[in-house]
Amino acid sequence: MTSELIKQALTAAFKPALIEIIDNSAAHAGHAGSQSGGGHFHVTIVAQAFEGKSLVQRHQLVYKALGDMMKQQIHALGINALSPSEDTKGSL
Amino acid sequence: MNVIERIKDQIENNPVVLYMKGSPDFPQCGFSGQTVQILDACQAKYIHVNIFEDPELREALKAYSNWPTYPQLYIGGELIGGCDIVIDLYKKGELPKMLAAVNGTV
Repeated sequence: MTSELIKQALTAAFKPALIEIIDNSAAHAGHAGSQSGGGHFHVTIVAQAFEGKSLVQRHQLVYKALGDMMKQQIHALGINALSPSEDTKGSL
Repeated sequence: MNVIERIKDQIENNPVVLYMKGSPDFPQCGFSGQTVQILDACQAKYIHVNIFEDPELREALKAYSNWPTYPQLYIGGELIGGCDIVIDLYKKGELPKMLAAVNGTV
């Protein structure tokens, strides 16, 4: 399962306090992007590495950790990357 | 001009550049389409580059931006992000300010 691979890669890279992957691929089956086999995922991740980083920087860190997975297995990735101090709303 | 010089030329000489799949009138991916809608809602004045028409740039920009997916929005020569960051900035009311700061509105 791709979602399990995403979880492993991000857990190894960030030692997150919390990580959750949602596989939305079924909702996008059939459109042009999914024909090449790439899935749609959403990741929520809470880790110290995101403290003080801009949105762009946080996404770049996540993309870097996923490396080649972004080329094939993943067509689209929604990212909600928080630092532990921001995860105070209890929304997770 | 090589491909990196072309990218720099585009983002340095245009205040707002959207690298997307398809065109604003005919986006070929839902994420590119949503980004166009938000830019339109902000009355943004922007140029677009259809990455399907430029395979060399499509690959080079991923490395240049350190960003593996499209769309990619540049404002004032800086990568702002993809669709979900653009949505987030719009909801927070920051996107119109960022556009106005570079005279990127109609």
